[in-house]
Amino acid sequence: MIRALHPQKPKLVVIGNGMAGARLLEDVLACDPSRFDITVFGDEPYGNYNRILLSNVLNGTQDAKEIFLNPLAWYEENGITLHAGKRVTKIDREAKLVYAEDFSVEYDYLVFATGSKPFIPPIPGTPLHGVFAFRTLDDCRNIAEYAKGRKTAVVIGGGLLGLEAAKGLMTHNVEVTVVEMSPWLMSVQLDEAGGKVLGQTIANLGIKARAGTVTKELLGHMNVTGVKFADGSEIPADMVVISAGIRPNSELAKECGITCDKAIVVDDQLRTNDPAVFGVGECVQHNGMIYGLVAPLWEQTKVLAKVLTGADATATYTGSKIATKLKVMGVELASMGRINDLQPTDEVVQFSEPARQVYWKAIIRDGKVSAACLLGDLAPADDLMRLFHAGAPVPDRRLELFFTAGSAKKEVSLADLPDSHQICDCNGVCKGTIVTAIKGGKCTVPAVGKATRAGTGCGSCKTLVKGLIEAVAGGVKADPSESWFVAAVPLDKPSLVAEVKARGLKSVSAVLRELGAGDDEKSRNGLASMLKSIWGTEYIDERDSRFINDRVHANIQKDGTFSVIPRIYGGITTAEDLIKIGHVAKKYAVPMVKFTGGQRIDLLGIRKEDLPGVWADLGMPSGHAYTKALRTVKTCVGSEFCRYGTNDSTGLGIDLEKRFQGFEFPAKVKLAVSGCPRNCAESTVKDVGVIATEGGEWEVSVGGAAGAHVRKTEVLCRVTTKEDALRVIGRFLIYYRDNAKWLERTYDFVPRLGIEKVREIIVNDALGICAALDVEVEKTVAAYVDPWLERDQPVYAGQFEDTKRVPLPVL
Amino acid sequence: MTATVTRVQLCTLADLPTGLGRGFEVGGRPIAVFLGREGQVFAVDGKCPHKSGPLADGMLIGEQVVCPLHAFRFDGNSGACDQESVCGIQAYATEVRDGTVFVTVPLS
Repeated sequence: MIRALHPQKPKLVVIGNGMAGARLLEDVLACDPSRFDITVFGDEPYGNYNRILLSNVLNGTQDAKEIFLNPLAWYEENGITLHAGKRVTKIDREAKLVYAEDFSVEYDYLVFATGSKPFIPPIPGTPLHGVFAFRTLDDCRNIAEYAKGRKTAVVIGGGLLGLEAAKGLMTHNVEVTVVEMSPWLMSVQLDEAGGKVLGQTIANLGIKARAGTVTKELLGHMNVTGVKFADGSEIPADMVVISAGIRPNSELAKECGITCDKAIVVDDQLRTNDPAVFGVGECVQHNGMIYGLVAPLWEQTKVLAKVLTGADATATYTGSKIATKLKVMGVELASMGRINDLQPTDEVVQFSEPARQVYWKAIIRDGKVSAACLLGDLAPADDLMRLFHAGAPVPDRRLELFFTAGSAKKEVSLADLPDSHQICDCNGVCKGTIVTAIKGGKCTVPAVGKATRAGTGCGSCKTLVKGLIEAVAGGVKADPSESWFVAAVPLDKPSLVAEVKARGLKSVSAVLRELGAGDDEKSRNGLASMLKSIWGTEYIDERDSRFINDRVHANIQKDGTFSVIPRIYGGITTAEDLIKIGHVAKKYAVPMVKFTGGQRIDLLGIRKEDLPGVWADLGMPSGHAYTKALRTVKTCVGSEFCRYGTNDSTGLGIDLEKRFQGFEFPAKVKLAVSGCPRNCAESTVKDVGVIATEGGEWEVSVGGAAGAHVRKTEVLCRVTTKEDALRVIGRFLIYYRDNAKWLERTYDFVPRLGIEKVREIIVNDALGICAALDVEVEKTVAAYVDPWLERDQPVYAGQFEDTKRVPLPVL
Repeated sequence: MTATVTRVQLCTLADLPTGLGRGFEVGGRPIAVFLGREGQVFAVDGKCPHKSGPLADGMLIGEQVVCPLHAFRFDGNSGACDQESVCGIQAYATEVRDGTVFVTVPLS
């Protein structure tokens, strides 16, 4: 026995140490840990355990000690006196004394949390060996022990607990029959149709069910041997588990004069007719209702803890809405309200899909969900429960109860997120910050981005930002800039190109001067790329419109150093080149040498002033791991070495890369070629992926990525020769270059147009532009100059120079 | 009374390419100097207060210096940041005389 040390405080005595009693103790401690001198009586000789998990103990997936909620030490640490295994025998309300077998305890406040006990129907034979109730940890252990070596078992009661017991018995290799008096299983949660679906489902699992069957007698002399039914039939049974419902433990309360009906009657403050005596859990009846689930019980203990501790002396419990999601025997089930409580004016919405054993039913009363059951597939359960709990009006189109429109769903879930929830993972912007900006009048995605930086990183959270604007401000303001090629020039791409050509604007500064309405770095990068593709050699290259990466042809890293990736065509290199790379890494003390995801070697941590030297020593062309351009063509080994390879993937990869190297695009572009459908080069998540098929064809697919969004490519066409592959890919790349918005990846571009349209243009030449696209490919190929050659002749002063040191004058 | 600031000769105007920045370390203090398209010369702290990005490698948009790492913007005249949560940076007075660029920096 563990004794508390605070005799002067008011004395709180709790009878019952189950789910309700223990939860009440936790809630009381949470409100005020030192308010009471607490004593608790528990019938079972343990600390408290999670009864919901008992079936796991029976079926062996959890050990008994895993389901204990609070160990004995918890009571000690919190100064609670626990009498485990001591049964309360009498209560003297006059003297405020609780009697156990051989001692008594005083109380100022008394709480009944005595729970319920299994109902054993009055049928002959229940005292036989091998007949069990299914309620306590000891029951579980005894059932499991007895099941060893037995062949047949009958479970009486086809409710939730009965089915759990049946499932548990199955794991002990016992043949199980479930017997249910009602015409169908789980008659509390399911209607007849649902019960039949459940019956079929469990039959598939190998459990026999007899619904609408009344048990007359359990047969046997010492041990149970069979079960006899009201229709006179009998079945053999080596053991019987009774799960025929529960009865509240209210005898003790009744004996000391507390008002009881079907259970201990309590008011909205969980108080009995004696102001010092309270009750919570399955032993109480509130407003005519007795609850047998944990959620209502937790609502009750929370209110009672506030009332007892005075944390909120006016707290009230107004009843619970019963909703639960269960997994019975591998069957998904959600239930809310009382499905069989149907009134003539109720609307019933039903959906069933017998092949998958899916059954959904909702009862609508006064435009609200009053009850529902879902079986087999719980996709709509969360939304339904939200409507049910909130008492919110149901959608006018009732089928949206089950098949929610995507947008409405998003708003609800966004609204439910806490303010601290991070929306933009690139810039670490939380929902609260964004909501504040929206309330401050930022009602477009770019405006929110400007105010908070949300969505300005990889952009993958922009849809969430949009959703928040819709939720908070009621709608995203029409944002004309959505259609602009870049933010600084209020023109869409075709108009911009037309103006640029008509006015002969050949530099970024000229475009901004004549057409610009603003100026920002992204717009300048975009304009530079566009002008270069329009004017080719006539383009006036202003280096102040280039990002640092494009000024020094290397990728800036977090510490201001740069990374150098030499081009390695198709991921194939040579011993000589590897040695060279190794030498360079050593010579320049490169802090990190890394293989990239695109099968290249990355030399990280190069100082800007070392770049020309590194490039010269490597003697390899630029791998374009910086600008918006063709990055890599990833390949598998293909038919050269692979025993599955059906075609020369490395050969095609190298040809693609040699042809398209240096091509600049609105965003980075990655390619891959796989030599067989095993797809080791991961071609289906690239901007352009090629897969060799058995039979010598190449399947070309486009619009994929495994970046901020993951998108699988869509098949553009199949070709038979390498030349055809090169041609169709070249056309696609140029068409993308000339028609996509700035920074629009192919995985946004292709679905924006639709793959059929892309195919019509690129493969079937529906616009008659393919010849022009081919010409443009040739022109761009011919214009390729390795940017790393700038090492020998810097284009502007200090292009690769280090910080210049200037001393302060000596005074 | 001792002077707390001093004027330092940096470079020639030709050393500053149009619209671009150059990094200097003046008496150990990193400074980014930009020549604007209109001929103005801006000098601000060389490091971004956010994650120490080298501002001299940034872009100059009008009179705003944009950090190359995460695009925080600082006013070339005042050093003020356009983001509320990020502190501004020091801006230094500049002067161009006979093709030579001078910057005024604190002595300490």
